[in-house]
Amino acid sequence: MKVLVAVKRVIDYNVKVRVKPDNTGVDLANVKMAMNPFCEIAVEEAVRLKEKGVASEIVVVSIGPKAAQEQIRTALALGADRGIHIETDEEVQSLEAAKLLKSVVEKEEPKLVILGKQSIDSDNNQTGQMLAALTGMGQGTFASEVVVDGDKVNVTREVDGGLMTVALNLPAVVTTDLRLNEPRYASLPNIMKAKKKPLESISPADLGIEIAPRLSTLKVEAPAARQAGIKVADVAELVDKLKNEAKVI
Amino acid sequence: MSILVIAEHDNSSLKQATQSVVTAAKAIGGDVDVLVAGAGCGAVAEAAAKIEGVNKVLVADNAAYGHFLAENLSELVAEAGKGYSHILAAAGTTGKDFMPRVAALLDVAQVSDIIRVESADTFVRPIYAGNAIATVKSSDSIKVITVRPTGFDAAPAEGGSAAVEALDIVKDAGLSSFVGEEKAVSDRPDLASAGIVISGGRGMQNGDNFKMLEQVADVLGAAVGASRAAVDAGFVPNDMQVGQTGKIVAPQLYIAVGISGAIQHLAGMSDSKVIVAINKDEEAPIFQVADYGLVADLFEAVPQLEEELKKVV
Ligand SMILES: Cc1cc2nc3c(=O)[nH]c(=O)nc-3n(C[C@H](O)[C@H](O)[C@H](O)COP(=O)(O)OP(=O)(O)OC[C@H]3O[C@@H](n4cnc5c(N)ncnc54)[C@H](O)[C@@H]3O)c2cc1C
Ligand SMILES: Nc1ncnc2c1ncn2[C@@H]1O[C@H](COP(=O)(O)O)[C@@H](O)[C@H]1O
Repeated sequence: MKVLVAVKRVIDYNVKVRVKPDNTGVDLANVKMAMNPFCEIAVEEAVRLKEKGVASEIVVVSIGPKAAQEQIRTALALGADRGIHIETDEEVQSLEAAKLLKSVVEKEEPKLVILGKQSIDSDNNQTGQMLAALTGMGQGTFASEVVVDGDKVNVTREVDGGLMTVALNLPAVVTTDLRLNEPRYASLPNIMKAKKKPLESISPADLGIEIAPRLSTLKVEAPAARQAGIKVADVAELVDKLKNEAKVI
Repeated sequence: MSILVIAEHDNSSLKQATQSVVTAAKAIGGDVDVLVAGAGCGAVAEAAAKIEGVNKVLVADNAAYGHFLAENLSELVAEAGKGYSHILAAAGTTGKDFMPRVAALLDVAQVSDIIRVESADTFVRPIYAGNAIATVKSSDSIKVITVRPTGFDAAPAEGGSAAVEALDIVKDAGLSSFVGEEKAVSDRPDLASAGIVISGGRGMQNGDNFKMLEQVADVLGAAVGASRAAVDAGFVPNDMQVGQTGKIVAPQLYIAVGISGAIQHLAGMSDSKVIVAINKDEEAPIFQVADYGLVADLFEAVPQLEEELKKVV
């Protein structure tokens, strides 16, 4: 079966994010960018499905500026077979991303679509669910285990109270949580091979979709900084402070 | 304006998060109705009707909603929510699952995880793991919003006397079914709403050592949380993870034990009133946000803490 994986280019998770002085956003100039960590997990899951003989082809898609091709190449080096880049320099919000992905789904007809549960920049946690709604598919969000079984997929989900397993008809959408797998690193030979794998570039207009954001960002501010407090000498002093100074116990 | 709040519950009791969402709804202004969707959830509807400030409670009681499957819930909410200006739910794993689906069915954006209401169309939300705070304005006709419960005080559980109406909409999308669940059972308070939380990280070394934290928690009536590293290592279950991609907590007192203080962890607890860090590395970033830092080996400090606390609480 064909698996479609959506990967997003985001700021590297190790980068200390700084808000721009004019409060219009965060400073992305000369900042290290990378594949969203949850998308790495999505790619890894697809590759494992292929290694198990469950998946036959892995198509990876990313929406974003030209540079997003780097993240597609990374996915190809990790084992995806071909890439689709939907190129745009505009800000793409989750609903638009879901609409663009929907048209790719209609064309490619994958049996399984795997996305990250959340982008670490917008922290939205929306796109997979929206894509599932728009395509009329079932969804297994925050997955920690994915088992394809005939024309169904069983997805174990990380939920507030513990774990929950659902069975979904295929085709279905899965969004990844941290414990689904541990992504591998791309080897040098595979990075070289990935350069030759097919990567098609299209525009939102090619898919007949106009990017019209519904949300406008009025300002972006730094969070209120917490003052570092004091160091206490020992446990007795700590308990005394909690009781008599902070009065929280 | 009229606002529909989707209750979070487990069919038998209402989650406190719902009361925080009611407060967010009141900050927007207008009538606040609550939708209780579930199976055998009559008691939840009664509880929702008592929340101060609730105008009306709608109950969709049907087996199709018993496990809160997003495919079914979203169709229900998209239909029931059509006459409303805003649809709100708590940003827990249930709300995060079905609300974006509702938004897509209504062809509107979702505003995720708001911590403040500026006006009926403008909301404040953290982005980049809380390293930036965005003010966003929505141009959609229906605003679909998830609310971070720690951003809003809980509306009083008593004081209201809303009418309860049955809602006869049955939606079974036929796309998904419930297979099973593994719920952590604990007598301790719920992590997300506990007044005191003690969390352990990789420094705990194994799951057995978490007993030390549980003993302190029992003295304080606290909940126990964890860092991602502790969950990934299998010390404790996933629902204990605090952070950007885990639970968001803002207790009166947060005690971080053997946790370095990565930004993804801070994103989940830095709004706590008082933060205590116990770490043997005095350079650990957690000390930059801690009100009280103790540089010590946790294996000595935590048992001592239990003894000292027993003397005073
Ligand atoms: C996409 C993504 C999402 C993430 N989401 C989350 C999240 O939601 N929550 C989260 O917590 N993390 C999250 N992380 C992980 C985060 O980046 C850190 O890796 C993690 O928080 C580290 O956990 P830790 O502090 O327990 O471990 P470490 O960083 O290894 O720190 C262990 C600490 O224990 C101390 N220690 C060791 N032994 C002792 C001892 N005997 N006595 C006292 N102190 C001791 C050490 O000095 C050290 O400071 C996420 C990461 C990514 C990439
Ligand atoms: N621009 C994009 N290109 C490709 N995939 C995306 C894009 N935006 C979101 N996604 C996918 O949707 C997931 C969740 O994103 P979000 O809803 O923005 O938190 C990501 O992990 C990706 O898998």
